[in-house]
Amino acid sequence: MAGAALYGRSVTEVSPIAEVRRIEWRVATVTDAIDETAHAKTLVLDVPGWPGHLAGQHVDVRLTAEDGYQAQRSYSIASEPTRSTVAITIERLEDGEVSPYLTDALKIGDRLELRGPIGGYFVWEPSNVGPLLLVAGGSGVVPLMAMLRTRAVAGAAVRAASPATLLYSARSWDDVFYRDELAELAKDPTVRLVFTLTRSRPAGWLGSTRRVDAAMLEAVGPAPLLTPHIYVCGPTGLVESASQLLVGLGHDPTRIRTERFGPTGV
Amino acid sequence: MLSAGPTPYTPLAAWDFTLRGVDGSSAPWTWDELMALPRETITKDIHCVTKWSKLDTVWEGVSIDTLIAEAAKRGVETAPFIVAFSDGGYTTNMPLADVTGGKAWVAFGYDGKPLHPEHGGPARLLVPHLYFWKSAKWVRGIQFTADNEPGFWEVNGYHDRGDPWREQRYTGDP
Repeated sequence: MAGAALYGRSVTEVSPIAEVRRIEWRVATVTDAIDETAHAKTLVLDVPGWPGHLAGQHVDVRLTAEDGYQAQRSYSIASEPTRSTVAITIERLEDGEVSPYLTDALKIGDRLELRGPIGGYFVWEPSNVGPLLLVAGGSGVVPLMAMLRTRAVAGAAVRAASPATLLYSARSWDDVFYRDELAELAKDPTVRLVFTLTRSRPAGWLGSTRRVDAAMLEAVGPAPLLTPHIYVCGPTGLVESASQLLVGLGHDPTRIRTERFGPTGV
Repeated sequence: MLSAGPTPYTPLAAWDFTLRGVDGSSAPWTWDELMALPRETITKDIHCVTKWSKLDTVWEGVSIDTLIAEAAKRGVETAPFIVAFSDGGYTTNMPLADVTGGKAWVAFGYDGKPLHPEHGGPARLLVPHLYFWKSAKWVRGIQFTADNEPGFWEVNGYHDRGDPWREQRYTGDP
């Protein structure tokens, strides 16, 4: 209950000058559209004036109908910050107001409005030395992929200083985003990739089939003694459960950063 | 939902809520003491920065006005700004005027039931006229401050005031 200790998560100092700068809406042009799964697509966007971003940040996308009606959604950035372009991966929600337009209607050369980058806490930078444990549920892999991509281009010294484990829970192999690229990244001995497929598996699947549980987190993750940086992203249920289990295993709660998707409630 | 880390689970026996003055004075309440204060049922629309609103939500809680009046009897004076602090290390800042005059509560009931930890229980701040990250989950107290001191979300890119009617979502929004 000490006041000072309670301020522990205020990790960034923001100068009054930085606070004044508004995150402006920008017009982005779709330069590539990549099918990740039957229900998810990556849009590669050229954003003139993009100020750069950190792995883990997101953008807000705004659609405007002919009658002026506007809808906004937040999407995590999938690409590493070294590019002048921004990639977002969108999962198509069947009753969605925005995602079906982005995944089905939008074509290369089309334009859309976005602003960002947004968010200063669920981020990883190469200067965050130490083991990295990434826990993804479904489309929650997107910002974690940005972290792996950032790491991959950051140089051998960074990779050696920040060995990374991705535990990725998906319904089926067909629901796994970035399969080929992840396999490529995992050729690096400092990257460990563990899938669990909770609903259906390809023939001969030897990997895990359980939902993320304590035994799985203990088996894949760096031990609490190694004080890994932990990022958990996915549906609320998975994030709640995985983060509690990690605390139960002895990980420092302040090293666990979470991002919850999905059913909105109080 | 806007949460940055694992949900804290603080046992009620170890829980308290404290108003702290600029001069270091403090007025704490145990859980039982808070429950003994006059409570109100609050029916309000709430607005999350992640684009959803929920209409006519029903809460139960103790008004910040009540707490301030009680704390004054114990020598804790208000100041022009506040920082609410929570288990897990979260903080959020507001002008005093945003939490007084029947505009804010320490809420421990939602929809007729105790507030679940995933939704900020045992108690969260309830400031329905601002974006919902200002309604700090797992709240443990309020520090009065002479100056505006940006909190956890506010230093991490969210707007200093967070008025949903002006769509003040992010740092720098007018």
